[in-house]
Amino acid sequence: MTSLLRTLSAKPWLWSFLGALVLWLVTVAFTGGQGGGGMLTAALALSQFTVIVGIGQMFVITLGPGNVDLSLPANIGLASAVAMKVMDGNDSMVVLGLVAALACGAAIGTANYALIRALRIPPIIATLSASFIIESADISYGRGLQIKPPPGFADFTNLQLLGVPLLAILTIVFSICAGIALQRMVYGRSVLAIGQNMRAAWLAGLPVGRIRLLTYTLSGALGGIDGALLAGYFRGANVDIGNEYLLASLAVVVIGGTSVAGGKANVPGIWGAALFLVLLLTMLNTFGVSAGLRMLITGLVIVGVIAAAGGRE
Amino acid sequence: MSARAVRAWLPALSFALVVGAIAWLNPRAISYLGFNLMLNLAVPIALATIAQMFVIAGNELDLSIGPFVGFVGCVTATWLRDSPLLGAAALIAAIAIYAALGALIYRRSLPSIVVTLGMSFVWLGLAILLLPKPGGKAPDWLLATVGYQPPWIPLPILAALVIAGVAHFGLMRTSYGAILRGSGGNPAALARAGWSLLKTKVVLFALAGCFGVLSGMTLIGITTSADANIGSGYTLLAIAGVILGGGEFVGGRVSPVGAVMGALTMALAASPLLTFMNIPPDWQVAANGAILIIVLAVRALVSTRE
Repeated sequence: MTSLLRTLSAKPWLWSFLGALVLWLVTVAFTGGQGGGGMLTAALALSQFTVIVGIGQMFVITLGPGNVDLSLPANIGLASAVAMKVMDGNDSMVVLGLVAALACGAAIGTANYALIRALRIPPIIATLSASFIIESADISYGRGLQIKPPPGFADFTNLQLLGVPLLAILTIVFSICAGIALQRMVYGRSVLAIGQNMRAAWLAGLPVGRIRLLTYTLSGALGGIDGALLAGYFRGANVDIGNEYLLASLAVVVIGGTSVAGGKANVPGIWGAALFLVLLLTMLNTFGVSAGLRMLITGLVIVGVIAAAGGRE
Repeated sequence: MSARAVRAWLPALSFALVVGAIAWLNPRAISYLGFNLMLNLAVPIALATIAQMFVIAGNELDLSIGPFVGFVGCVTATWLRDSPLLGAAALIAAIAIYAALGALIYRRSLPSIVVTLGMSFVWLGLAILLLPKPGGKAPDWLLATVGYQPPWIPLPILAALVIAGVAHFGLMRTSYGAILRGSGGNPAALARAGWSLLKTKVVLFALAGCFGVLSGMTLIGITTSADANIGSGYTLLAIAGVILGGGEFVGGRVSPVGAVMGALTMALAASPLLTFMNIPPDWQVAANGAILIIVLAVRALVSTRE
C-alpha cells in the first residue's frame, strides 16, 4: 500500500488512470456487470480523438506561458469538411482525402505561427482571430452539405480487433512515438527547453523560431487528421464536429500532468485524462442524468480535479 | 503624431472607419432609429467586454463569460420575473461564485483558461437545468428600462457613454483602480508594497461577475425571452473587444473607453456593415477575426516605430 502511494506521488498522472478505473467500476457495478467490455471499447474509441488533439495541444502548451492553440475546434471542423469533399464518397480517394485534411490542418498551424510572429501578439489572440476566419471558411465551404464518408473509410474508422478499436491501437502507437519524440529526440528536448526558459534556449543556440513553427504546424496537422477521422467515425462532417475539443484538449493536457507554465509534459497522462473524461460522461449517461446536470457535473469535476492537482509550484 | 498617440487613438479610429463605411454605404442608417437598431445588441456586448477587461487587467482570461451571460439571462427571464427575491439572490450568489473563482485561481495558482473553461460547462449546465427549452419572459421593469427612448441621443450610445465613463473612472481615476491595474502590471512589486494580491484578484473577478450580470440582464431586456445558449458568442466577442480597444494581454494594460469602442466596432462590423456590403452572413464571424488581425497589424507596425 505504501509503495503504491509512493508510486502515485512520484507519477501524479497515474491518478487519472486510477480515476478512470474507479468510474468504470462504479458504472459496471450500477449496471450489474452488464456491458463493461463494450463500455471500455466505446471509451477507447471516443478517447482516441481527444488524445490526438491533446498531444498537439500538449506540445504547444509546453512551449511556455501563453502558448495555446484555440483554433483546434474550427480547424477540426474545416478539415473534416475538406476530407469529406475530397473523398467524395469514393473509397479510392481516401488517402488523398486524409492528405488533404492533414495539409489543411498544417496550413492552419503555420498560419497561426505566422500571425504570432508577424504581429507579435500572444498566441491566444492569434489562434483566436484565426479561428474566427477558419470557422467562417468552414460555414461557407461546407454549406448545407452533410457529405457522407466513403463506406470503406467509415468502416475502417469503426473497425475493432478483439474489442479494441483499430484507431485506438494506432493512436497508442502514435502516442508512444510522441513520447519518444518528447523525451528522447532533439525536437522534444528543444520544446521542453524553450518552455523552461525561452531566452536561455535562444542563447544556447536552439532554433527557437523554427521549433515553435514546427510545434504550431504539428498541432494544426493533428487537428486536421482528427477532423477527417471524426467525420469517418460519426459518418459525416459538420461545422460543430470539433466544438467539444477546445475544453477537452486543454483539460486532458492539464489533468494529465503537463505544466501550464511550460517546460514539463506528459504523454501517458493524456490517455488517462481522456479516458477519465469519457468514462465520466458514460457513467452520467448510464445513471440517466439530464443534459444540464451532466454538463454541470462535468464542469465541476474538471474544476475540482485541476484545483486539487494545483498549478505552477 | 507619436506612435503612442496613434496607439491610443487606434480604437476610436477603427470605430470611426466602420461608422464612416456604413454612412457611405447607407446614409439613412446614420439616424436616431438607425443607431437604435444597429447598436441595440452592442450594449450587452459592451458590458461583457468590460467584464472580460477586468479579468484581463489581472493577467487572467475568462472563457466562461459567454455561458455566464446565458445563465444570467435564464435567471432573468424566469426567477427574476416570477419571484424577484429568489432571482436577485441567485444573481448575487453568481457574483459571489465569480469572486470565489478569483480566490481559487490565486490560492492554487491555477491556469485561469482551464478553470473558466470548466466553469463554462457549469454555467451552461445550470442554464439548461433552469430553462431546458428557449422561453421565459423578461420582467416588465427591465423591458421598460431597455425600451426607454431618451431625447436626441439614442439609448445604446447613451448607455455606452455611461458604461465607459463608470469603468474609466473606477479603474483609471481611483487609487484602488491603480492598485488593481498594478496587480496585472507588476504583481511582485505590489505584494512587496503590502497590498494583498488575493484581494485584488477577488475584486477583479467580482467586478467581472457584476458586469456579466448586467450584460445578461440587458440582453434579455432586448430579446425579451431567454435561451440557455444565448450568450455563446460572447466569450470571443468580449476578448476581441478588449484587445481591439487597446488592451494588452499581459501587464495590466487595459483601456475601459477603448474596450467599449472595441465592442461597438465589433457589433457594427459583424452585422450591419456586412449587410450593407452585401456579404453573406457566413462571413460575419470572419469579419470579426479580420478586423482583429488588421488592427493588431496596424498596432504592430506602429510599435516598430516606437
